[in-house]
Amino acid sequence: MKNLLRYREIWLLAAIAVLIGLISMRFPGFADPANLRQVFNDTSILMILALGQMVVILTRSIDLSMASNLCFTGMVVAMLNAAYPAIPIPLLIVVALLVGLVLGAINGFLVWRLNIPSIVVTLGTLTIYRGATFVISGGAWVNADQMSPAFIGLQRAAFLGIPVLSWIALLVIALFFLLMTRTALGRSIYAIGVNPTASVYAGIDVGRTKFIVFCISGMIGGLAGYLWISRYVIASVEVANGYELNIIAACVIGGISIAGGIGSVGGAVLGALFLGIISNALPVINISPFWQMAISGSAIILAVVLNARGERRQGRIILKKAEAA
Amino acid sequence: MTDTPAPRHIPDRLDKPLSSAIFSWEALLVVVAVAIFAVNSFASPYFLDPWSLSDLTFNFTEKALIAFAMALLIISGEIDLSVAAIIALASTMMGMAVQAGAGTPVLVAIGILVGLGCGAFNGLLVTRLGLPSIVVTIGTMSLFRGIAFIILGDQAYKGYPASFAFFGQGYVWWVVSFELVLFLVAAIIYWFVLHRTSFGRRVFAIGNNPIAAQFSGVRVDRIKFILFCLTGLMSGIASVLITSRLGSTRPSIAQGYELEAITMVVLGGVSILGGAGSILGVVLAAFIMGLVTFGLGLLNVPGIVMSIFIGLLLIIVIALPILWRRLRGGR
Repeated sequence: MKNLLRYREIWLLAAIAVLIGLISMRFPGFADPANLRQVFNDTSILMILALGQMVVILTRSIDLSMASNLCFTGMVVAMLNAAYPAIPIPLLIVVALLVGLVLGAINGFLVWRLNIPSIVVTLGTLTIYRGATFVISGGAWVNADQMSPAFIGLQRAAFLGIPVLSWIALLVIALFFLLMTRTALGRSIYAIGVNPTASVYAGIDVGRTKFIVFCISGMIGGLAGYLWISRYVIASVEVANGYELNIIAACVIGGISIAGGIGSVGGAVLGALFLGIISNALPVINISPFWQMAISGSAIILAVVLNARGERRQGRIILKKAEAA
Repeated sequence: MTDTPAPRHIPDRLDKPLSSAIFSWEALLVVVAVAIFAVNSFASPYFLDPWSLSDLTFNFTEKALIAFAMALLIISGEIDLSVAAIIALASTMMGMAVQAGAGTPVLVAIGILVGLGCGAFNGLLVTRLGLPSIVVTIGTMSLFRGIAFIILGDQAYKGYPASFAFFGQGYVWWVVSFELVLFLVAAIIYWFVLHRTSFGRRVFAIGNNPIAAQFSGVRVDRIKFILFCLTGLMSGIASVLITSRLGSTRPSIAQGYELEAITMVVLGGVSILGGAGSILGVVLAAFIMGLVTFGLGLLNVPGIVMSIFIGLLLIIVIALPILWRRLRGGR
């Protein structure tokens, strides 16, 4: 039990349970399994994005361009779909992944080969990718009536009673779990975040790993691009404007340390769910949605205050263990 | 042998050879600025007009005021992403004061004090609790703007007094606007503070090695706190200017300014990792960004496409010296 309490995911889970409990007091239907499934589905895209951002943050980098990548890729697939409705949707998803990959690779290349700090690179590409969306679309929107029924319908189709969008989120969560806990790449990502210099001596190619990490976040941005556009059925330059900060907020609430090396798949997912629950709950308990921004801001500050305490304590525990061993 | 060594003259600063001045970052920025200025004059017949050039300055003065304080903050190794949200909150508070019938001096005081208060809040969280500033200010960014949204919702405050319009729309002399004068005065003050006072040296020391600075007797936390307060203060001043210029307040006011101010700072040669930079560079970067957006505006290029140029400019200007050094084989 004591060991279990050391994991911040448990605390976050408890916080979410309390949150759901509080909401249920005002609106009894909220804790209903069907409603919770709906909340999960609504939060799927944020969860996927938070996982992509997580691997970047773990290596002491940051990707501010994810929302712009989402916007650009979403516009590309929406325009493709509008122009050639015959292209099968799985192929469009592959296109989305590839376009996202290219955008992520550009970030990664600049970080890897030119050694420019990632915050500067992605600050630049943040504006470039969104501007490029305007260039390819000419400022025009792609509306619901221009998209094919299959394009819109895929993620809404139910499989075993759960929408495909939720299945995609579950699949991405599973893949990231395997990546972070069962592969050498996952281990090197943590190692770089904890101590980049030691990682070099341990034979990890830090630059190349960062490149790969940005490729991953790019592909995730691309995937989320398709999912976002087909969910909200409109593609415009304004899509997900400013959303990069929500993604980072989900990571921070999930206990992923901005200093790198600390964080888990479970944390990112729960952090996103926490934000998702708040945004879903506000309307049903009659609080103006205008409160949402201030509430998530307070949640971020609270989370980082609590996590900072946790990190310090954990550091000591690790040292004691090492001494005993 | 018995000679006592002559007291060695230790210069205050190292003599810089001319070549280093020519290849300095600021020189590169001057070249870029002159090039863009020349291209603009050729591209549009309306560019070389005193009033056009005066309008141009409104593109960057407000953001540059924030960028000066942000430059000091980034040199010290911290960052503040909440500046635009501070503008929104300060503007909302001024709007509330107008509804209550406050006059111009009170409005200005409220704008500046709210900014200062928000900056102090950031500073307390970062220095007292030892939290990373990038996360804290992402949080306060949502919090400050969130409060503005709670107060205003989808409404807007209008009805600012006529005398309040001077700050954002008034001219001191001929084409020289009040905002431009404020920008120049702030530039000189920040240049003096950063490059000519011990406070400025301490800011550099903290950015290069906060632990060494601490052990050298620099009150790291206190200086960082002051820098956060300064950044908040400048955001408050910018809020007064923007509110006065627009004559209305919406909760979405100044959206995205934080990234533009940071772009200005980084483009000005301030190291995002801290410890290096100059105010002259930031001033030049402000001019360059103003020139690019205004020049493209005269050519009817939409704002969103301009942002591509700003983004490219940022990456290229940062990448060029790195590539240059690599080509020359140096490290």
